[in-house]
Amino acid sequence: MAQLQVKISDKLTLKNPVMTASGTFGYGTEFADFIDLNQLGGIIVKGTTLLPREGNDYPRMAETPMGMLNCVGLQNKGVDHFIEHIYPTIKDYDTEFIVNVSGSTPEDYAICAEKIAALDKINAIELNISCPNVHDGGMAFGVTCAGAASVVKAVRKAYSKTLMVKLSPNVTNIAEIAQSIEAEGADCLSLINTLMGTAIDIERRCTTLSIGTGGLSGPAIKPIALRMVMQVAKAVKVPLIGLGGIMNATDALEFLMAGASAIQIGTANFIDPTITIKVRDGINDWLDKHGVSDVNDIIGCVK
Amino acid sequence: MKKFVKDLRLVAIEHLPADNFVLRLTDTDPLPEMRPGQFVEVLVKESATTFLRRPISINYIDRQKNELWLLIHAVGAGTRLLQTLVAGDFLNCIFPLGNGFSTPSASIQHPLLVGGGVGTAPLLLYGEALKTAGITPTFLLGGRSREHILQVPLFEEIGTTLLATEDGSAGAKGFVTQHPALNTECFDFIATCGPLPMMKAVANYAKQHNIYCEASLENLMACGIGACLCCVEKTTKGNLCVCTEGPVFNIKDLMW
Repeated sequence: MAQLQVKISDKLTLKNPVMTASGTFGYGTEFADFIDLNQLGGIIVKGTTLLPREGNDYPRMAETPMGMLNCVGLQNKGVDHFIEHIYPTIKDYDTEFIVNVSGSTPEDYAICAEKIAALDKINAIELNISCPNVHDGGMAFGVTCAGAASVVKAVRKAYSKTLMVKLSPNVTNIAEIAQSIEAEGADCLSLINTLMGTAIDIERRCTTLSIGTGGLSGPAIKPIALRMVMQVAKAVKVPLIGLGGIMNATDALEFLMAGASAIQIGTANFIDPTITIKVRDGINDWLDKHGVSDVNDIIGCVK
Repeated sequence: MKKFVKDLRLVAIEHLPADNFVLRLTDTDPLPEMRPGQFVEVLVKESATTFLRRPISINYIDRQKNELWLLIHAVGAGTRLLQTLVAGDFLNCIFPLGNGFSTPSASIQHPLLVGGGVGTAPLLLYGEALKTAGITPTFLLGGRSREHILQVPLFEEIGTTLLATEDGSAGAKGFVTQHPALNTECFDFIATCGPLPMMKAVANYAKQHNIYCEASLENLMACGIGACLCCVEKTTKGNLCVCTEGPVFNIKDLMW
């Protein structure tokens, strides 16, 4: 058994590098029949906003080759509902629950973060400045250095625990955005969110998704995500959490070697609800087989 | 109800007319508790274009043979691949999912179960459950023509089975909602599953006659377990997941 603990900030160590991606794993409890949640490195719960949101109209999903498009649009019952009704059901699990926070203004993000900061067992938040499916906020912040910096600056003032920021791949130069976020004091960066795409229903002669576009996820985007992790790893010093189309332990090991200190599994949870545990075991098996005693020895080994 | 992810073994595939087929699946363990109207998320293996699982409603459970039946219409790439399975193959399934049809109260005497095309699938198990509970259901099954109405002898074993075909090749000519029995019989409970226009017409009939009615929806789905929020239906209670808060809804909660 190799040593699997990884640090994603000075304040936060995970028992292993396998986390789940926001919006693909509910609040974790949806998967409790299939796996032992305590075995995970961390669980990023679904996007949470200051006020409840109904999300976008159906249809919100289109299957694409080796992937899927979604335009869910941050449907959630708001941060107060999370605090009152969800938090009590998850707080006693022995894993890191990290809340994905979104908003329309930097102030929204900051108030939301402040409320979550009061929860003992939540040691980190992931700022979502990269959701491609909402018009007010979301990706609008994440595609410019100034926009990204403004949100991170506001939240950093209000939130002293581990602050992870999720990057959008829908930009010209992801490394510059990463640097501007690092400069505002983010503890770690997760990348990548979905890539904006679309699909057309040729019989109805209209777009398949209700809002016309959606975010592409799944193995179709893995090579892009992996390249971006390598690119950002060269540009910043803070730890990275890699995600984008990870389907198995081999994919996860690629992201670790590319420079990610931990990984998130997203769309693969829909195909196999037990995939997270298989990936964790697969990483360990590879390390054992290759005589590597500590997972940290391979992080960023490919330059 | 506990959910499982398992490789179920295909005992037999029964090919029916009009590109329909029944997968009869079994497991080494006794199959878990399942409700009529619940569904299974089926993995279609080794296909780049059918990446996600397919939600398929439970057609029947044979407890004596420990078999779970899925009735499927081969309509797209995923279901066409499922159609090529042979006995002995394994199918990875997440089940049982969703809420299922409700158990009618003891005061219900004349339930009507209305299905169209492959949408009749869950009504077989539901009809049998009602009969076991001492309530004999009436089935009203519709299709384009005779060959599109499936498993009729199995329905006839359970309850009165009325047919409606668009071309008049079996039963009454026309849509299910044009069947003369709807004007002559008094039903006090309706459940429906099938094409959306048919279910909406059935719901209208139920509203006009003030009959409690449930409809089973089949919105496009990714996870099947309430994690992705892709399959939502707009309801009087907001956007609800068809996979966990459905697939069966009281029509009063729908915006139809």
